[in-house]
Amino acid sequence: MSIILETRGLTHVYGAGTPFERTALDHVDLKIVKGEILGVIGHTGSGKSTLIQHLNGLLKPTEGEVLLDGQPIWNEKGKCARETRFRVGLVFQYPEYQLFEETIAKDIAFGPSNMGLAQAEIDQRVLESMRAVGLEEHMANHSPFALSGGQKRRVAIAGVIAMQPDVLVLDEPTAGLDPAGRDEILGLIKRYHDQSGATVLIVSHSMEDIAQVADRLLVMNHAKALFCDTPREVFSHGEEIIAAGLDVPTITKVMLELKKRGHNVDTSVYTVAQAIDALRACKRKGGAR
Amino acid sequence: MLRDITIGQFFPGDSAVHRLDPRVKIVLTIAFIVLLFLANGPVSYAIILAFLGIIIGISRISPKMVVRGLRPVLFIVALTAALNLFYTPGDYIWQWGFLHISREGIRTAVFMVIRLMLLIIATSMLTYTTSPIQLTDGLERLLSPLKKLHAPVHELSMMMSIALRFIPTLIEETEKIISAQKARGADFESGNLVQRARAMIPILVPLFISAFRRADELATAMECRLYRGDVGRTRMRQLGIARVDICALAVFALVFAAVIALRQFDL
Repeated sequence: MSIILETRGLTHVYGAGTPFERTALDHVDLKIVKGEILGVIGHTGSGKSTLIQHLNGLLKPTEGEVLLDGQPIWNEKGKCARETRFRVGLVFQYPEYQLFEETIAKDIAFGPSNMGLAQAEIDQRVLESMRAVGLEEHMANHSPFALSGGQKRRVAIAGVIAMQPDVLVLDEPTAGLDPAGRDEILGLIKRYHDQSGATVLIVSHSMEDIAQVADRLLVMNHAKALFCDTPREVFSHGEEIIAAGLDVPTITKVMLELKKRGHNVDTSVYTVAQAIDALRACKRKGGAR
Repeated sequence: MLRDITIGQFFPGDSAVHRLDPRVKIVLTIAFIVLLFLANGPVSYAIILAFLGIIIGISRISPKMVVRGLRPVLFIVALTAALNLFYTPGDYIWQWGFLHISREGIRTAVFMVIRLMLLIIATSMLTYTTSPIQLTDGLERLLSPLKKLHAPVHELSMMMSIALRFIPTLIEETEKIISAQKARGADFESGNLVQRARAMIPILVPLFISAFRRADELATAMECRLYRGDVGRTRMRQLGIARVDICALAVFALVFAAVIALRQFDL
């Protein structure tokens, strides 16, 4: 297991010295394993978005450091190499609002051409990333503004994928989508991860969504990292998570309620299939009352 | 960062300055600016400075914030000072080529700097302590006599309050778009003028689209609530002159009178 991205004592204070001073990150230590899907969860204002903007050097830590492949991304002179942004691709929340080009292909090509690649390479990457997000080739010369919301979002995601980043970070990629659109986006992220082997970070406030795809979960609360472990391990702290004002998947809640009523069931499950197994195991043990 | 611009920002509070009637505040600010240009001696400026200092004290706005508001206009202040310093004819005490400094020049330059800074501080105190809604309410009431001349006063003030309301929203939006394009490797800092102007396209296009979208949504929302303009419209907050307002007017009248009196003696 090699660590691709790491934060050490990462702290960020917004508006230092104004009446609006606010600590958005408070000494966060995080290790991101190469090739994993890490889900980042926390409610609004817990520091998730601030955290991910540090990973590619958009925000400068007030304190602490960020290491990419063991190297600090900020050098002694206080500069962050532009290359960091190409290696850690960041898809913002509602990325469809950043589209600006006349055609889909040109918009997706914005990142790669900023990298200074050859035109042939850029064209190749545009096609590949359009395929990766499920956009058909003939749409390349359409205007992105004529698309539906969900399709615009795919174009925007393709625009970051086209830079072929080692780490792909997505901030609330399913925000504002209907259940079908949500499953599609999560599905294509999962497929992209499996095919490219890239490390993926997905930020969300929906436990349900993220537990399905993530290998590990980072739970943020009040600017701090509360837990960072496998979903199973994290949800075994179900009650603490609820106490922190966060939600757990509905099925985990069902199990917690069963336990409360005196059934000795495993409460760390987060999918229906796991729950069925857990209930069978409980029955075998004759665990009822 | 764009967020550091404090001019036009509002800091909510409950001080006497915050509670003043917006009409009184607007009138006093205008009168204050007139006063700044009437004053022509060190004693007058000391009185005005003390008056402004007391207002800042009462308002509980941190003086640091007030000074920070000056930063964006320092260049204009410096330029004005330089022009006055070098181009005022009079009793020359230094000369080099076409540049010369006169006694009168120094005096005018110093006064201009003080005037401009106090002017900016006073007007920013108005916006620091008055919410945009109050500000436009006050303006509308002050300008309401013009309605008799069929001037669209209500519409203008509504447009102004919408504009003020959306400044922070659009600043936030701009920052988001800048970050998003930077994340795709956009470079806004290097290159010549043409390249830099071109680099703005990825920011401006999404920003305009979003501004139009917001305008559209806002218009729909207003229509849904049956907005139909000024006629027959009542207000949630009625403006009224209270004791604080009378006190403020009285104190200011005293300062004004003092400065006019001192003017006779060039103090």
